[in-house]
Amino acid sequence: MAPESIAATGLAGAGPWRLGLRRLRSNRVALASLGLFALIVVFVLAAPLWADHVAETGPNKTHTLQKIEVDGEKRDVVNPEGKPIGPVWLGAGGKFFLGADSRLGRDEMVRLMYGGRTSLFIGIVSGLLTTALATLLALLSGYFRGWTDTVISRAMDVIWAFPVLLFAIALGLVLAVGGLQIGPLHLSGGSIWIPILIIGVVMVPYMARPIRGEVLSLREKEFVESAIAQGAGTVRIMFSEILPNLISTIIVFFTLNIAANMLLESALSFLGVGVQAPNASWGTMIATGNNLISSAPLLTIIPGTMILLTVLSLNVFGDGLRDALDPKSKVRFEAHSGLSAPEGSETIGGLTP
Amino acid sequence: MARFVVRRLIGMVAVLFAVSVLTFLVFNVIPNSDPAQRMAGRAAKPELIATINEEWGFEDPLPQQYLTMMGKVFSGDLVSYKGRENVEERIVEGIPATVSLCLGAAVIWLFFGILFGYLSAVRAGGLLDRGLTVLAVTGISMPVFWLAAIFLNYLTYKTEIFPSGEYVEFTTDPLEWANHLILPWITLAILYVGFYSRVLRSSMLDVMNEDYVRTARAKGLSERRVMSRHVMRNSLIPIVTLFGLDFGALLGGAILIEAIFSLNGVGQYAYESLQSLDLPPIMAIVLYGAFFVVLLNTLVDIAYAYLDPRIRLGTSAQ
Repeated sequence: MAPESIAATGLAGAGPWRLGLRRLRSNRVALASLGLFALIVVFVLAAPLWADHVAETGPNKTHTLQKIEVDGEKRDVVNPEGKPIGPVWLGAGGKFFLGADSRLGRDEMVRLMYGGRTSLFIGIVSGLLTTALATLLALLSGYFRGWTDTVISRAMDVIWAFPVLLFAIALGLVLAVGGLQIGPLHLSGGSIWIPILIIGVVMVPYMARPIRGEVLSLREKEFVESAIAQGAGTVRIMFSEILPNLISTIIVFFTLNIAANMLLESALSFLGVGVQAPNASWGTMIATGNNLISSAPLLTIIPGTMILLTVLSLNVFGDGLRDALDPKSKVRFEAHSGLSAPEGSETIGGLTP
Repeated sequence: MARFVVRRLIGMVAVLFAVSVLTFLVFNVIPNSDPAQRMAGRAAKPELIATINEEWGFEDPLPQQYLTMMGKVFSGDLVSYKGRENVEERIVEGIPATVSLCLGAAVIWLFFGILFGYLSAVRAGGLLDRGLTVLAVTGISMPVFWLAAIFLNYLTYKTEIFPSGEYVEFTTDPLEWANHLILPWITLAILYVGFYSRVLRSSMLDVMNEDYVRTARAKGLSERRVMSRHVMRNSLIPIVTLFGLDFGALLGGAILIEAIFSLNGVGQYAYESLQSLDLPPIMAIVLYGAFFVVLLNTLVDIAYAYLDPRIRLGTSAQ
């Protein structure tokens, strides 16, 4: 093909990001999962609107002894045997759309929306924490090598050797009981910052290892050599020469890490060492629902399905993002149960069953 | 090679040491976990607390407490705070259930993981591949305890197809043993099937693009022989590695699955001890679990070094 016709097709001059975006746009499955994720975000962001204007109650408000009018008929929110009302859909004008959650008679739909906020918030913020810590540690250990690398890598090995869930549960139990005091900052036992911190830290090695590998190889590239020759300092080489080359990997890891973190959050909350009562998260809602699973299975199925859809959309979108931004990437990151792979086996994982 | 092995083994001991110190610190430095207070109950007299402190040595300097505890770990005299049971005995009691759970699940997940991964890679891009990918990603994205709860409700309570967990000794009745474990096996395996099939698929696709596969085809080998001799052999390497590590991690106890199906394994013991902040069993189980993780990690490294001299001689940072 002659050069002019390449220009005519619009291929000339497109940078890697634009090419990536173009590849992403042609991946319909990835776009659909991004759409699904966006829908879920809109759903949880609409929580106060639904709570104030439709359900007219709050996520932690109990309605144990109340009656509501469903299609002109008075019904108990919680019947005398302690069984909560099932989904009434729009029968009560949107109140108790999905029924009540337990013998406390809280509005399941309102809790689902607010709980989703908590779950997503924890997933995203702990994902940011993991990504920031992992990137920094990877840059330091991959750039300086030598004893810095030894110290950081060994510290990672220690966290790695812990059974992840056991470690997270232990931290969760101790901190959920006692709260945490870091200098002037005090976190009380029920604070959602405690699960955020725990998850954010526990997941660091899974991300730091592969990024460190990339830093090690980038460090040997000519552009770093030329930056050194130009007299650039360490900090500048790390952050303005090496870091920009890691961005696409980091974005992909971040997306998939949110998914893994949300799964870990749900497990911790299910076991009672994550989000603390009365606050809702999808994990605590499964725990509450599970007590009534034989009479009201929807209370378990619905929050679990929300987790499944969210994690699924993030996993699929993250995969598509990787194919688009870094088509030759060798590194795989999955929200995965079980421990994980050593260097070179192309896989990094998350949870433990 | 011998030097490499020795170095890895020393590293292994160092990591286990660090794990034990970290576990000890988590339970001793963070406030509100005063064990004497908990053992004595809520409204305990100060004298009682003092006696307990005296008896268990909770007032000793932390390094000394740590050494005492580790001494007991190695002599098998470790006793839990709650109920004063011998910890080692409880762990040993839990091992058959945990090992049975892991072994059965591993057979299922390896079989289906490899089968699905193979089919996906061979028919890459086709309908079968897409269907299997959807299944795999769904399996990876599910909270395992949720799936377990739903299985229990519909397959045990509602329809009574399977018994509700609860471990039965293999020696008592092999059929009942399998019958009681089948649901936990399936639940646990679903996660790994999704994961392994995807890893195998991508590694097979990489290998299928290698020159030596083209050469094998060019010299007229049958497709079947190309697949089994050239593609599968090399693509299974990451699976073997992963399997070593996942299996090692699982032997430390599958906390969620064991707790939900009340299997009475090591994982469930860990969970019970965690709930009462009972440090001695937690310490022992963490070390026991970390031991398998580190051991299999080391074995995998040594196997690699054996197969690939570059790792043992060279600049590998590990």
